[in-house]
Amino acid sequence: MVDTARRGFVRHGARTWRDYFTFNTDHKVIGIQYMVMAFVFFIIGGILAMLIRAELAAPGMQFVGGKAYNQLFTIHGTLMIFFWIIPAFIGLANYVVPLQLGQEDMAFPRLNALSFWLVVPGAILMLTAFAVGGAESGWTAYPPLSLTTHTGQTLWAISLQFIGFSSIFGGLNFLVTIFNMRARGMSLSRVPLMAWAMVATSIIIVMGTPVLSGALFLLIFSRILGTNFFSSTAGGDPLMWQNLFWFYSHPAVYIMVLPGFGMISEVLPAFSRKPIFGYKLIAVSSLAIGIFGFLVWAHHMFTSGMDPLLRIPFMITSMIIAVPTGVKIFSWLATIWGGKLRFTTSLMFALAFISMFVIGGLSGVFLASVPIDIHVQDTYFVVAHLHYVLFGGSVVALYSGIYYWFPKITGRMLNERLGQVHFWLNLIGFNLTFLPQHTLGLDGMPRRVADYDPAFTGLNLVSSIGAMLLAFSTLPFLINVVVSLRRGALAGPNPWRAFGLEWTTSSPPPIHNFPTPPVVDGDPYGYGERPVPVAS
Amino acid sequence: MSEAVTHIDPTNTSTGLDSRKLGMWIFLVTEVMLFSSLIGAFLQMKGRSPADANQVLNVPVTAVNTFILIVSSTTVVLALQAIMNGDRRRLKLFLAATLALGATFLGVQIYEYSMLLHEGFTPSGSLFGGGFYTVTGFHGFHVFIGLLWCAGLLVEALKERFSPSNYMRIEIFGLYWHYVDVVWIILFTIIYLI
Repeated sequence: MVDTARRGFVRHGARTWRDYFTFNTDHKVIGIQYMVMAFVFFIIGGILAMLIRAELAAPGMQFVGGKAYNQLFTIHGTLMIFFWIIPAFIGLANYVVPLQLGQEDMAFPRLNALSFWLVVPGAILMLTAFAVGGAESGWTAYPPLSLTTHTGQTLWAISLQFIGFSSIFGGLNFLVTIFNMRARGMSLSRVPLMAWAMVATSIIIVMGTPVLSGALFLLIFSRILGTNFFSSTAGGDPLMWQNLFWFYSHPAVYIMVLPGFGMISEVLPAFSRKPIFGYKLIAVSSLAIGIFGFLVWAHHMFTSGMDPLLRIPFMITSMIIAVPTGVKIFSWLATIWGGKLRFTTSLMFALAFISMFVIGGLSGVFLASVPIDIHVQDTYFVVAHLHYVLFGGSVVALYSGIYYWFPKITGRMLNERLGQVHFWLNLIGFNLTFLPQHTLGLDGMPRRVADYDPAFTGLNLVSSIGAMLLAFSTLPFLINVVVSLRRGALAGPNPWRAFGLEWTTSSPPPIHNFPTPPVVDGDPYGYGERPVPVAS
Repeated sequence: MSEAVTHIDPTNTSTGLDSRKLGMWIFLVTEVMLFSSLIGAFLQMKGRSPADANQVLNVPVTAVNTFILIVSSTTVVLALQAIMNGDRRRLKLFLAATLALGATFLGVQIYEYSMLLHEGFTPSGSLFGGGFYTVTGFHGFHVFIGLLWCAGLLVEALKERFSPSNYMRIEIFGLYWHYVDVVWIILFTIIYLI
């Protein structure tokens, strides 16, 4: 056994709070580092969203000017995607997946720490970009606008490079970990669905993110060295950015939801006391989404001047991708069907996830259809759709996962009553905010504009009130976390009586996770078929 | 290596494949995607440039340079074969040869750049120029990283760190170096020859 302290330059495990601010190689520490940092950015991005909704509460210009408004929605989108949802999922998976595999860490612990610490300079650059101004061409940064804006746009692009490299190393690490480091007896058909979801996510990351890096390099060179790749006045091709950007950024929406699918697949069987329905179909459909995700990117460009004939194949592939997603939805419904449901906050969020995600998925099929897309392109219908997928889907799934694994991570239970308050405020606030935006979009209200026609006033006010409620709903969650960390009931190794190797070790797990290497002798969801495994 | 900080053994794996090797293969996938995006951009720029845009390039010199890089891939293979047979002297010899050949390639590329810039062929001057410097520059950067890596391995070889039972890191470096070589052959073909 190698003594970790002997190699003085490497820290492993956290003994005091200071250890969370070091280059620590323990996947559990890194997971918490990711999640806490991501939540801070969730709050910052949320404050920006509140400013946006405050400006939009009434027609006319009230609080911010046009340029400031452009910055608000640019930085809001960028933070929520690259600094909240992606790192939060990576963080929770970082904590949970090695435990689920019965391992003491990821395959490359130092690379794992590097992945996290690459986010930090990225975050500093992004906040600097916001401070100096200029990143105001939306999170999609289409040229030529993104070529003419000020310095902040360059910092924005360099910041995303750091995030991209962090993501790539993380994806590589997950793939090697899940394929190469499974407990004895854990064949590929016994791998928990959370881990399968991370396989699909990681495949998208390693295939897609380098293309974003390439596009960002071209943008940075254009801004610093004066190359003319995207500049139509010099003969360049602005559409090339859109192609490269969406080749990554459409699959990226699956990076932002597949881990959530994985979490839901763990939570539902545990609280229905039934084995997961269609284990293989759920695993395979994740991979199918990962592959099909690369064949749909141009549906973002139906109105960008692409060859009309090319729209048809992209419309068809975009609609096909609803099939593996539907397979999952029905498998989950079959899982809870006839189960002994225990309505914990975690399960409530999981059920809300299914219904919200179905709404977002259905509006997604609308948008895939060329005639409808041409009508609603860049309206609030798109804003409503993407928030149903990314908030109603990703964030709600993340909350479900947090309520599920918080006892494992901290050793203490979250308060259920506060959890229910959080859940209902969140669900009502979310729907008040984004449901009206479907109508606004169909009526023709354009996105990314600080002002609007007075005819849209009523629904915008409803949306703004909902947004404030949604922001407020975070408060009971934060209070719950802070109070439960100190005074929550002790969780014990397996408070939910759940299957999965992570529940066979103490909460929180010891520095090397398992006293003895676990051995797996059955499928991962044996609810009602076998006795719940106990801590060794 | 570094992963010894926990008791994770990269050779004892579920698939039987060394974790470091699997990791390198996945890394190369990401590299293929990065270069695909850059090569795609280059071809797009080339298509929008005048037909004789590449008249400025010196094909014979770069052809020789390409040959030098291919030879350096061979020397890596010979270095790996040497240590697998326990011949540490030839390992050092061939690693040093790889280093020298790679450095020559990079030197010639820098010379080529300076000549082209002198003739007024700049990244911002034309679409072809922007694409040319971007893809060849990225490749040159990869060669540079490879040279640092090779130098590090040579230093360790001089300290007799490798043996017939411990050569995985030479093999992994070889994977990277061959990849850089293959990318160059593709780049040479589409930039200089077509």
